[in-house]
Amino acid sequence: MLSYLVQRFLSIGLSLLGVSLLVFLMVHLIPGDAALTIAGERATEEVLTQLREDMGLDKPLYHQYAKYLWGLARLDLGHSFKTKQPVLEEIKRYFPATAELTLAAMAFSIFFGIAAGIIAAVYRGKFWDYFSMSTSLAGISMPIFWLGLMLILLFSYYLKILPATGRLDTVLSLDIESRTGFYLIDTLLARNFTAFKDAIEHLILPAITLGTIPLAIIARMTRSSLLEVLNQPYITTAYAKGLSKWRVIIKHALKNSMVPVLTIIGLEFGYLMGGAILTEHIFSWPGLGSWLRDAVEARDVRAVQGGVLFVSALFMFVNLIVDLLYAYFDPRIRVGDETK
Amino acid sequence: MNDTSISTGQPNVLRKLLRHRSATIGASIILFFVIVAIFAPLIKTHDPMQAEIADRLQGWSAEHYLGTDGTGRDVFSRIVYGSRISLKVGLIAITFSLGLGTLFGAVAGYYGGWLDNVIMRVMDMMLAMPSILLAMVIVTILGQSLTNAIIAVSIVYIPQYARILRASVLKVRELDYVTAAKVIGASDIRILLTTVLPNCLAPLIVQATLGIGAAILDAAGLSFLGLGAEVGVPEWGAMLNENTKYIRKAPLAVTAPGVAIFLIVLGFNLLGDALRDALDPQID
Repeated sequence: MLSYLVQRFLSIGLSLLGVSLLVFLMVHLIPGDAALTIAGERATEEVLTQLREDMGLDKPLYHQYAKYLWGLARLDLGHSFKTKQPVLEEIKRYFPATAELTLAAMAFSIFFGIAAGIIAAVYRGKFWDYFSMSTSLAGISMPIFWLGLMLILLFSYYLKILPATGRLDTVLSLDIESRTGFYLIDTLLARNFTAFKDAIEHLILPAITLGTIPLAIIARMTRSSLLEVLNQPYITTAYAKGLSKWRVIIKHALKNSMVPVLTIIGLEFGYLMGGAILTEHIFSWPGLGSWLRDAVEARDVRAVQGGVLFVSALFMFVNLIVDLLYAYFDPRIRVGDETK
Repeated sequence: MNDTSISTGQPNVLRKLLRHRSATIGASIILFFVIVAIFAPLIKTHDPMQAEIADRLQGWSAEHYLGTDGTGRDVFSRIVYGSRISLKVGLIAITFSLGLGTLFGAVAGYYGGWLDNVIMRVMDMMLAMPSILLAMVIVTILGQSLTNAIIAVSIVYIPQYARILRASVLKVRELDYVTAAKVIGASDIRILLTTVLPNCLAPLIVQATLGIGAAILDAAGLSFLGLGAEVGVPEWGAMLNENTKYIRKAPLAVTAPGVAIFLIVLGFNLLGDALRDALDPQID
C-alpha cells in the first residue's frame, strides 16, 4: 500500500512536471513578439523591456525553465500581468467559490444519477427505464451554457423563485466575513441564517446546470452496471432466501455495482472543472472559471499557466482518491497488488 | 488473406444501421442541417449581418420567424447561416485531429521505443486537462478568432485518435502477415496503410462521428465565453453570448441558437452510438 502510494505520488509529480513544461512553453509559442502581444499594441518600449525582463525572455530557454521550476518548488506561480497580484493568491481567493459550486453539482449528480440508474435498471424495459434513459441521452448532448440560460429564464424571470446571478445578495454579503470562502460555511459561522438560505438559493441553479451532464452519465453507468450484477447467481440466492426486492437491490447488488460508477465519477470531475468555466460565466459566479476566462481574454499568460497547473494537479489527486476508494467498494481489489 | 480486418463496406453493417432507430433519427437530423447549410441563401429571410436598430428585440412574427436580436438582426436567418459555421467547425476540426492523431498513433505504435514514449506522454498530458481548458490555453497562445478556436478544438481531440490507432498498431504489428509483408520488402508506409489502418477503421469511424458533435459543442462553448468567433459572426455560441443580456426582452434570441446546437450535437451522438453497435461484431 505504502509503496503504491509512493509510486502514485511520483507519477503525479512526473505528470505535473510535464504539464509545467507544456504551460511554460506557452509564452514561447505565441507567434511574433510575446511581450508586445501581452502588453498590447500601445505599450511603450520601456514597458516592453520591463516585461521581457520579468518574463526572463532575454535569457536562454533552459535558464528560464529552471527559474520557473524553482518558483514552482517554492509555490511561487509568478505575478499576474493584469492585476499585478501573485497568481497563487488569486487562485486561493477564487477557488473556494468554484469548489463550493463543483461539490454541490457533484452531490446533485451522484444522488440523482444513481437513483435514476437504479430505477431504470429495476424497471427495465418499462416506462421509467425509457424515460430516464432518453432524458440522459438528451442530457449528454445538451450545451450546458444553454441549459443554464433556460433555467434562469424559467426560475428567475418567469417564476421568480430563484436568483439568477452571483453567490449572495449584495446587501446580505456586507454582514458576512469571508473566513473559509465557502459561503455556506461562512454564513453558518456568522449564524446568519437568512444569508445561509440566500446562499443556498444562489447555489441551486448553477449546481443543476453543472451537474446535469454528469448526472446523465452516472445514471447510464449505474443502470448497466446494476443490470450486470442483478444477473449473478448470488442475487438469485438472496431472493431464494426470501429477501424483499429492494433489500436485495440496496443491500446486496448496489455496492457491488459501484466500481465502474466510481471510475466515471472520478473522470467526471475533470469535466466539472471544465464545465465550471462555462457555468460561472452564465451565472456571474466569481470563481476560478470566471477568473481564467478573463485571464485568457487578456492573454495574461502567468495567470493562465498557474490556473492550468492548479486544475491539472487537482484532477490528478481526485483520481488518486478514486483509485483508493475502489478497495472499499470491492474488497477483492487490493491497490498496489501487482499479483492480481 | 487479411482475415482480421473489419470490412466496413459489408452490406450487413448498412442493414444493421438502417434497422437501428437512433441511426435513422441521427442521420436525418444531420442531413437536415446539411441541407439548411447548402441552401442557406435561399432559406434566409433577411441578411444575417444586417442590423436594423428600429426593429431590435422583437418577438416572433411573420416578418421575423424567430424575432430579432439586440441590434435588430433577424435571428432565423442567423441560425440558418450558423449551420454553415457549425458544420464547417466540426468537419475541419475532425479532419485535422483525425489526421494528426492517426499519424502520431501509427508512428508511436509502429516504431515503439523512445518515440512512442515521448508522443504518448504528451498525449497523456493533454488528456489530463479538461478539453475546454486546453482549448483556452491554445486560444491564449494564438489569440481569439473563429479560426483559432477551430485550431484549438482540433488539437484538443488529437490524443483520442492517437490512442486508438496506437493500440491497433500494437495488436497488428506482431501478426504473421505483417512479418510476411516486411519480408517481401514492403515499405513501412505501405504496411501501415494496407494492413494496419483497415483494422482500426471501425473504432476510428465511431470516435470521429462522436468527435464532430463534441468539437461543435466545444467551439460553441469557446464562442459563448467570448473567446471564439468574432463579434457579429452568426456562430450559435457567440449568438447566445451576445443575446444573454436581452434574455428577458427577447427570450427567443437565446432559446433558438441553443436548440440548434443541441439538435446538431444530438444528431452526431445518436449516429455515433448506432455506428458503434453496427460495427461491433459481438452485437447482432
